[in-house]
Amino acid sequence: MRNQTPLFGRWQVQLILLLSLCCSASVFAQDAEISTTAAAIDTAPTEALATTAPEFDTLVKALTQGSLPKRAQTAKKLGQLDDPRVIPIITALQQGSLYAEKSVDPLVAISDNAGNYVNALNGEKIPATQAEPLKRVPINNTMRSQLRTLLASLNLNDKKPAVRLNAVNRMIADGVDEDTIALLQERQKTEPNEDVRDAITTAFALMNLQSEKASVRIDAIAVLRGSLQQEVRSALLDIANNDSDIKVKQQAQFALDSIEDRISAFRLTENIFFGLSLGSVLLLSAIGLSITFGVMGVINMAHGELMMIGAYVTWVVQQLFPNQIAYSLMIAIPSAFIVAGLVGIAIERGVIRFLYGRPLETLLATFGISLILQQAARSIFSPLNRAVELPEWMSGSLVINPVLSITYNRLYIFIFGLIVFFALLAILKKTSLGLKVRAVSQNRAMARAVGVRASWVDAMTFGLGSGIAGIAGVALSQLTNVGPNLGQAYIIDSFMVVVFGGVGNLWGTLVGAMGLGIINKFLEPYAGAVLAKVLVLVLLILFIQKRPKGIFPQKGRAAAD
Amino acid sequence: MLTQRLLLSDRGGMIVLGLVLIAMVLVPVCNLLIPETSSLHISTFMVTLLGKFLCYALLALAVDLIWGYCGILSLGHGAFFALGGYAMGMYLMRQIGPRGQYGDPLLPDFMVFLNWSELPWYWQGFDMFWFAMLMVIVIPGLLAFVFGWLAFRSRVTGVYFSIITQALTYALLLAFFRNEMGFGGNNGLTDFKDILGFPIAADGTRISLFLASGFMLIIAYIACRYIVTSRMGKIIVSIRDAETRTRFCGYKVESYKLWLFVFSAVLAGIAGALYVPQVGIINPGEFSPLNSIELVVWVATGGRGTLFGAIVGAFTVNYGKTIFTSYSPETWLFALGALFVIVTLILPNGLVGLFKRNKKTPTENTVTAVESKTETAATKETV
Repeated sequence: MRNQTPLFGRWQVQLILLLSLCCSASVFAQDAEISTTAAAIDTAPTEALATTAPEFDTLVKALTQGSLPKRAQTAKKLGQLDDPRVIPIITALQQGSLYAEKSVDPLVAISDNAGNYVNALNGEKIPATQAEPLKRVPINNTMRSQLRTLLASLNLNDKKPAVRLNAVNRMIADGVDEDTIALLQERQKTEPNEDVRDAITTAFALMNLQSEKASVRIDAIAVLRGSLQQEVRSALLDIANNDSDIKVKQQAQFALDSIEDRISAFRLTENIFFGLSLGSVLLLSAIGLSITFGVMGVINMAHGELMMIGAYVTWVVQQLFPNQIAYSLMIAIPSAFIVAGLVGIAIERGVIRFLYGRPLETLLATFGISLILQQAARSIFSPLNRAVELPEWMSGSLVINPVLSITYNRLYIFIFGLIVFFALLAILKKTSLGLKVRAVSQNRAMARAVGVRASWVDAMTFGLGSGIAGIAGVALSQLTNVGPNLGQAYIIDSFMVVVFGGVGNLWGTLVGAMGLGIINKFLEPYAGAVLAKVLVLVLLILFIQKRPKGIFPQKGRAAAD
Repeated sequence: MLTQRLLLSDRGGMIVLGLVLIAMVLVPVCNLLIPETSSLHISTFMVTLLGKFLCYALLALAVDLIWGYCGILSLGHGAFFALGGYAMGMYLMRQIGPRGQYGDPLLPDFMVFLNWSELPWYWQGFDMFWFAMLMVIVIPGLLAFVFGWLAFRSRVTGVYFSIITQALTYALLLAFFRNEMGFGGNNGLTDFKDILGFPIAADGTRISLFLASGFMLIIAYIACRYIVTSRMGKIIVSIRDAETRTRFCGYKVESYKLWLFVFSAVLAGIAGALYVPQVGIINPGEFSPLNSIELVVWVATGGRGTLFGAIVGAFTVNYGKTIFTSYSPETWLFALGALFVIVTLILPNGLVGLFKRNKKTPTENTVTAVESKTETAATKETV
């Protein structure tokens, strides 16, 4: 057949390579960082305990007894020990949450906000009955500020660069003074990490902004030009408005402008990421539809409900293994694929098979099925929404700089969407099922003539499309609550993607999904979320005027109705 | 000659229209003249329910005209229905005047609530009945014209068209939910007081609205019959069966489709305008894609491409819905879903087709009688 669309054009190959490189690089970087920190946490305490345990214990106990100056000395000594338990104890002491008995060999405990006590020495929980004689360890203001400096220097000399960076940033946020500058100057001499050194330079520059000499202030402004921190911006704004020297004022204004430019660039990046994230959700939900619609010419209105089934499978798996939230997704993805796929095959065998060649009737029948599935979910799982717990590695966000941070769940879903896309592409291009699917979609009669079991291929295709809908449901459950109406919210959008991208073309679906996602997110700030959606629909209707068969239309005989 | 063409050759239509006419005589008599104690009395609630069904029948007729005869499956006809309803609702809102909760002589309550100081331009003129009625026709017609012109010109057909119409009604749903649109947002328009000076909840007004819906249905039916039996009707059917061939024969397929679509949208708008004063509320829920697709099922159940089948379908399905939702609301969606599947799989010609298939049996007359019986049963029981 000549009507094959060239799926692997040169630029497309380059695009794949580029995308997959970016993704894999970021994933691996991520994993590597997590695993190294995890290792550090695991090994550090055991080593430290072995060498300094007796000394540590006596010092901690001494910390809670005797006169204030003596205890301040003890704290300093404690600070010189190389032990990860030191910082929490001193923090607790400074914040007044360190408790101890009055005796020669006291029990020392740290309390949290909820009133639970934890043994400061070995981290064991202390039952409420034993907590009775514990008294708060008293400190005064002098000691509090001494401890603050001690803590700062402890954090500043920590082994992990992230802790050190955090310490410097906190100093900047608290406002820099002579003491902290002295500490930072000490640290800068030995600091190996570039990020931390940059942060220290920023702190110096912030200090210099308050200098008497205009030239020093101008130099400081030049240093701060690249920083994105809120404190820097407000300090510069202050200078730009109130400084006595007109030249300094100008320089500060310039620096502010360049910072604003960079911020808006990052906002743009953030918007694009949000768009891609929405796009990947659309991609996941539309890609299964694209197969069934493109290959079989069948409009499956129950597609959204198959996604809903996938989401409920995730929830059920979590209920079955409540203690393995982190791994439950690994079980949920294949089981959602299988369950949704089987339901899909049942729908195909039971209903759609009898309606081939009557697309409008298929649409109505599958809509009926979607109503039944929705109501079934309502009867089985109650009409209330169910919350799926997010595994730890998916919560939180990746902070790239103070104005740009990316939530992990959206990032992973984006990557996951691309993986599913390329896996599907590989199935259609490289496997014998894919070959048969393409053959049947291009010319059913000819495919049957050469011995392809068309009806079997139909069932498998529908199962595959439905299974992918189930996987999409797993991804969706990580973003929203799981409820009977989950599928409905996405079905119209996914149809839009298929129509926009062109029927029966996976690349069209990819471009259509990402395009619609980005357009949506860019319209949102100007028009509001709802109006943006309406505008996208209107734009799409207008777009169809220009290209009735989508961005990548099917060519040749298969396209003629 | 014309009666022959329009009515006499159409036995099913005659029966259905006859039943509607009988109902239009019996219902007012039973409601107004027979005392409430009598078992023959029809409560005002029933009158309203039947009036509602008549509006649904009109809507189904509009869908059958384009789907059954021209093969255009619109999944957004609820939007035209709701737009007609909103136009009527705006008139009714303006009639409230200073009797609203906030007592503002000009602004409807929700605008006062939103701190609007003056009436938006698109609310001007709706205090006049004739203007509102004009808008009932113009707004759905105009939307259908623009939308249909864009769609048919670029030859968007089949399922594509269905999906785009669904997107249209979905977009309108989202838009009307916004308070800034000035149509009452989530709550829509309600608390109507009177129509043309008559209190809207009074028995007499209800009966008049019921009669108006009945007359409108009959007029619309005859108009649709006129269209489908005319020369244009033949071309429309040929477009349904072989669009490309019709185009190659030299007919302007797009224009035929467009005008039929606009006419159908206007019918839907009128149905909406009659519906709103009877139920007393119009809100964005009417735009929901589910409503539009549900009404397609009425037509499919009754039997498409027959016109009277649409009326039969609208009555039976809605009667079933009333029964189901009052006895066990959970099962209604199961039943509706099953109806979709069963009708498409087993009854491609709907209830009406069920009886036509047996036409060759000698008991032709009894069969038609049974057919009308289902219809009568539906009507009677609601009565």
